[in-house]
Amino acid sequence: MSIPATVRTEPSVHRPRDERRLPWYHLVFTGLAGLLVAIAVLAIVGALSVTSAILLGFVLHLLFGWGYSLLREGPRWATDRLMTLLVIGAFAISMFPLLSLLWSVISRGLVRVVAAKPTTFAFWTEDMSGIIGGADAGGVFHAIVGTLLITLWASIISIPVGLFTAIFLVEYANVGWKRTLGRGVTFLVDVMTGIPSIVAGLFGLAVFIAFMPDQSVRMGIMGAVALSLLMIPTVVRNSEEMLRLVPMDLREAAYALGVPKWLTIVKVVLRTAIAGLTTGITLAIARVIGETAPLLLTVGMVTSVNWNMFDGRMATLPTFINQQYRNGSANCMSDTVTNPINQEVYACAVSTNIDRAWAAAFTLIVIVMVLNIFARMISHYFSPKLSR
Amino acid sequence: MSTADIEPDAASAPPASMKSGGRRFGDALFNALSVGSGLLIFVTLAAVAIFLTLESLPAIIASREFSGSADFSLIEYSLPLVFGTVLASAIALVIAIPISLGIALFISHFAPRRLASALGYMIDLLAAVPSVVYGLWGGVWLVPRLEPLYVFLNTYFGWIPLFAGEPTAPMRNLASASVVLAVMVLPIITAVSREVFLQTPRLQEEAALALGATRWETIRTVVLPFGRGGVVAASMLGLGRALGETMAVLMILAPGATFSLHILEVGRHNSIAANIASKQAEASGVDMSLLIFTGLVLFVLTFVINAIARWIVARSGPKS
Repeated sequence: MSIPATVRTEPSVHRPRDERRLPWYHLVFTGLAGLLVAIAVLAIVGALSVTSAILLGFVLHLLFGWGYSLLREGPRWATDRLMTLLVIGAFAISMFPLLSLLWSVISRGLVRVVAAKPTTFAFWTEDMSGIIGGADAGGVFHAIVGTLLITLWASIISIPVGLFTAIFLVEYANVGWKRTLGRGVTFLVDVMTGIPSIVAGLFGLAVFIAFMPDQSVRMGIMGAVALSLLMIPTVVRNSEEMLRLVPMDLREAAYALGVPKWLTIVKVVLRTAIAGLTTGITLAIARVIGETAPLLLTVGMVTSVNWNMFDGRMATLPTFINQQYRNGSANCMSDTVTNPINQEVYACAVSTNIDRAWAAAFTLIVIVMVLNIFARMISHYFSPKLSR
Repeated sequence: MSTADIEPDAASAPPASMKSGGRRFGDALFNALSVGSGLLIFVTLAAVAIFLTLESLPAIIASREFSGSADFSLIEYSLPLVFGTVLASAIALVIAIPISLGIALFISHFAPRRLASALGYMIDLLAAVPSVVYGLWGGVWLVPRLEPLYVFLNTYFGWIPLFAGEPTAPMRNLASASVVLAVMVLPIITAVSREVFLQTPRLQEEAALALGATRWETIRTVVLPFGRGGVVAASMLGLGRALGETMAVLMILAPGATFSLHILEVGRHNSIAANIASKQAEASGVDMSLLIFTGLVLFVLTFVINAIARWIVARSGPKS
């Protein structure tokens, strides 16, 4: 990198005002110029829309900003300007799917949840039994029950195993053969983190059909086993990180007082790390609660509530979304649809399936976000204030 | 558990006279539970490999490669799926890597310090969205909006093999699936690269700035060379994620089974994961076994990719 003698060296990122760099508002001018030219060009071609104007405007802004800076500031600063704009653009473009997704889910899902028939929020208290054709009714109560039950059982399997594995890695795998075993476990946990969710589902399926006479068996516990394969590595990783944060002094103080090792772990290590552990485990639950592929393979689909994890298929929110989406637009032969079970009459709506999918997606996102916010709040308010 | 007595920690244990049966039992129990959980991880992964192999054996034995006379071939069945999986993931990475690097640099070096963690949290939110919601959003919202772009690419850049062919609406093609995959792997690539960029030695960066380098020159000459290994590893992790992703492909792609490079054409490709998810409901016997065999192929593929990524991370990590 050759540096011209005329360029001053800089003591810090903050440059004195007499530098020959241009103030930031010149970028606003080039930006506006880019946008105006983009709108003019698009209007002439006849492809004017907000998205295309912003996209072309940004590209032109890159070009104008770079050219202007090249004339006024020289090639090196021009490149700097260009890359700064590109980097900001990259961030902006990544916000685009997040915002549009959240907007779609809220505008289409929340509306369906609130406008559910016969009463507001009936979507969360009704199931799908007898809902046929384009009936503008039905709900996800059965799917919410299924999701919560399966996630609960996956947690019952994963949390003890994951927590004890983390305890093993931090407290026991220090010397000798346990150290070697610990290295192996760390590697395998990394491998498990990368297992595709569909493979976890196949595993849950393969284990059960290997021992069951009925090859088409599907039940809740199979889904819980498949999910715990995905959950255990997350629990181990998060817990291990938290346990390693507990200062060695605390353990040594407990040992010096003659406290046995297991009691030290329970009363000192786990108690100090409890906030972090809760956060990590909650995030692990939030991660698996939205998993779809394993449940597609292992628990199938039903239209009414099934409370029994060990018998029969179950509905879950993610698979419900997938099923409703696949059903697509409904066929409306007449204006009303009659429920064959309880003889209730519903209005017929072509978009009912997709609407239900959005509403279920809204429900699922609310659950995931509540778990995430809960986790952050715990770590924010209950973390021990260690002086480090 | 006689080894418990020769642990170095035993030095801190109370004298023999103070030991009660309960304490020894508690220690032995905890030792057993912890070591047992560690071993269980080994057993679980072994079980995954064993059960997948066991259940795919019927298909392997009945296949043309093995028995010589069956009406289906393992290779002919799996190869188009592997091709589709790898192609979709590769395109997703081509889209995601530059954007992720931009975001990571933005958060680590361009954004104001106070904003940085909040912006990082926004990116983490992308990772928290369930994959099935991405599939729904991609299938309902995104696909119709990508159509003008595809028509444009096909009309003016049709001479490039990738954009050739005849795209037909609705655009349930590999390109749409890849775009959604790219959004899904963005957070992981960003998170890992951001971590690596933040580890750049502060002194080196300040030295570059003191020599009169612009911010971009500092990044090009100091930050990027330092973070190269981390970026490669991050991309591999993203690749592992993209290869195994089911729902985005299942809900967006209209399936086919060819080796076509025309990513804008509908009904030409499929991925291993999406193929399993769409066929498992009707499959039984040898068909099911065949699906489990493709699952085994996917497992091995992601295993290798992830192992390489971890190896690069481990090799390039401690130098910082």
